[in-house]
Amino acid sequence: MNTYTIDLNLQPTTFDLWHVCLAGTVAVLALILIVVLISVLLGLRRCKKAAPAPVVPTPMLQPEIKIVEKIVEVEKIVQAPAPEPVILKEATQDAALQLLSLLQKEARFIDFIKEDVSAFSDTEIGAAARVVHQGCTKALNEHFTLAPVSQDLEGSRVTLNKGFDAAAFRLTGNIVGEAPFSGTLVHKGWQVTDLRLPKLTEGHNAKIVAAAEVEL
Amino acid sequence: MSEGARYSVGIDLGTTHCVMSYVDLHADDDQVILTVLSIPQLTGPGMIEDKAQLPSFTYLPHHAEIAEGATALPWSAKPEHLVGEIARNLGSKTPIRLVASAKSWLCHAGVDCKQAILPADAPEDVERISPFSASKAYLQHLRDAWNHHFPENRLENQDVTITVPASFDPAARELSVEAARSVGLGQSVLLEEPQAALYSWIEKSEGDWRNHVQIGDVILVIDIGGGTTDLSLIAVTEQEGNLQLTRVAVGDHILLGGDNMDLALAYTVKAKMEQESGKRLESWQLQALTHGCREAKEKLFNQPELGSMPLVVASRGSALIGGTLRTELTRDELSRVLVDGFLPQVQASDRPVVKPRTGLRSAGLPYAQDAGITRHLAAFLAKQKDATSEFSHMANAENASFLHPTAVLFNGGVLKAGVLSERLMAILNSWLQAEQAPEARLLHGADLDLAVARGAAYYGYVRKGKGVRIKGGTAASYYVGVESAMPAVPGLAPEIEALCIAPFGMEEGSEQELPNDEFGLIIGEQVRFRFFASKTRREDKVGTRLESWGFDELEELDEIEISLPEEGKAPGEIVPVHLSAAVTEVGTLELRAISNRDDDKRWKIEFDVRAGED
Repeated sequence: MNTYTIDLNLQPTTFDLWHVCLAGTVAVLALILIVVLISVLLGLRRCKKAAPAPVVPTPMLQPEIKIVEKIVEVEKIVQAPAPEPVILKEATQDAALQLLSLLQKEARFIDFIKEDVSAFSDTEIGAAARVVHQGCTKALNEHFTLAPVSQDLEGSRVTLNKGFDAAAFRLTGNIVGEAPFSGTLVHKGWQVTDLRLPKLTEGHNAKIVAAAEVEL
Repeated sequence: MSEGARYSVGIDLGTTHCVMSYVDLHADDDQVILTVLSIPQLTGPGMIEDKAQLPSFTYLPHHAEIAEGATALPWSAKPEHLVGEIARNLGSKTPIRLVASAKSWLCHAGVDCKQAILPADAPEDVERISPFSASKAYLQHLRDAWNHHFPENRLENQDVTITVPASFDPAARELSVEAARSVGLGQSVLLEEPQAALYSWIEKSEGDWRNHVQIGDVILVIDIGGGTTDLSLIAVTEQEGNLQLTRVAVGDHILLGGDNMDLALAYTVKAKMEQESGKRLESWQLQALTHGCREAKEKLFNQPELGSMPLVVASRGSALIGGTLRTELTRDELSRVLVDGFLPQVQASDRPVVKPRTGLRSAGLPYAQDAGITRHLAAFLAKQKDATSEFSHMANAENASFLHPTAVLFNGGVLKAGVLSERLMAILNSWLQAEQAPEARLLHGADLDLAVARGAAYYGYVRKGKGVRIKGGTAASYYVGVESAMPAVPGLAPEIEALCIAPFGMEEGSEQELPNDEFGLIIGEQVRFRFFASKTRREDKVGTRLESWGFDELEELDEIEISLPEEGKAPGEIVPVHLSAAVTEVGTLELRAISNRDDDKRWKIEFDVRAGED
């Protein structure tokens, strides 16, 4: 087995012509390799630069590029606000707690959701659902004014002209071509036109969404 | 009227809700833009919301009940009283600390309204307040809400009109004005609620109202609010070619309203549930049921195709699904309880049932014993049969057994239900038909919930001379009881004569004296007079003495009192005086004793002596 062992620590003890030829071949091969690699890289770069030029005249691909650009914009927005949102976050937290508290107070929302419904019959759940539904309706009507985004009937054909508000109308399905877009209104959408959340006094602990009740 | 006021503000100080409305007086002429002010109020500890109505409730919290700072309002870190939505919410679970219907107490004979008596059934250690200070607290809240919204135009400097029930007696009116004065609104004037409703209707028609009424019309205003029913008659007459409105009669103070209806429904459903389940419902469940009934009632009234509405009473614990009781309110029950119960099909000759009060009178409000509103209406119209006799061209038909109204104006949330308003009209018209009189028509276009506050704000505008004004004056004639000059008969109380001191329909700003009737008043002593009012005796002049009167002609009010301060005179000295009655610009009656000797010295006679019986 010794014949196959390669001892890397071995160093040539003699420096003869055979070794000189070997070293020369290695150097030449390495040089050729470097030259080939450089030429390949340069060629690739040239190809990249040349590639968009022939695509430009085809109109079909232009919107696709626009969409790519839009995505980039969205990403920018997410990255942009760095220090300020801390305050915003605080505000939304209180408002969310407030909404939860209102839904619990008027509609027993948390009680309902936190209960295990599997143990009850549909009639029992139905009776409780009435409490929740009536209460939610009241809470929603009192604190929000809701209006549909689109005034058209669901199921009817609608056309969106160029420059439509992409936040208010979401396109789905076969999104190709350019505005005006024509399609079927699947959901009329909802928007809050007026919001009347209660104001909170200083020191009000919004995290207590429902106080424990003790009857004396 | 305050000079330089920017706004005319109407305050509907209701039994169950207060509403505030205003008109900008600096806006262009012929343009009345009425706005209802949103009133910031606590809805729960630490939570403030803007609402169009301020519930007229006061809650007296235990000091350990509410966290420090949780009752702050935008204008006050710690308001003296908890009023509005929070009071109603907290009080629904702790009724012993809730003050409700303070306004009805103001017109409750035999109670001193400045004594801390409310809540009436609170245990000993609950601190009580007087009906007067409760009313004051609502006005104060409204004032602060206004000043918070209009810091440049404080309410103290605006024209303010406060509405009172037409049936309020002079003492209750005086108390309302005094409450306003004590919160800095001394410039306020009073307006009767049914009149305010008619003003609102006139304002809403934008000048078109002249085409809906004609000379000779008698408008019956039926105002069924949360706690009271108020009736008024307004005649349409002519003066110098212009239509003129004159309020000719007002009804009695009937403590019967929408809240009674909800309660009646809740008790009906409660009985049904108890029969079905065999278990008694607790009081908190009844409360939830009342609430549910109110919503179910509105749904059933608004959607005629519904046969019944499910009602649920949720458990109090966090287990919602298992503990919820379910039942339903059927259309049959609704029409049996509300339509037949409150608006029974009666004859014009029917009268409210009056059961003799039980010996022990509980310290509560004198609620109407008969829930039949139509019977109260029949009694009112019959009593006011001759209300229009002073207008020659509109005298009632000779054989009429009651006054025939030709038009009807509704007010109050209850009458939003088409079923109820149609029923009321049908019954009234059946009475008219029976006497071959033309049917009365309904004046449409009234805003039943907010009309009173809106009409009050419009009234301030009218007082500037910018619109038609309803004439009226006092809705009753007033009398003091004087002992008649006859030999005393042992065993019999001395006979009383009623001396008229203020005639029917005395106009605001007028004064009448009785120089011929002299009384001797003793310095340093209190002198009390029995005090009477009549809503039907229109012909009596000042100084008329009645020796006898019909059973329901005169109604005894609380005694009035004069006390003469010593002011440098010897106690016991007798001063001859005569009486004078004036109706102030504000709309209150003022009685004075005028000295016959020292250059017209005057002393005010107080109405506010209700503690008479202990």
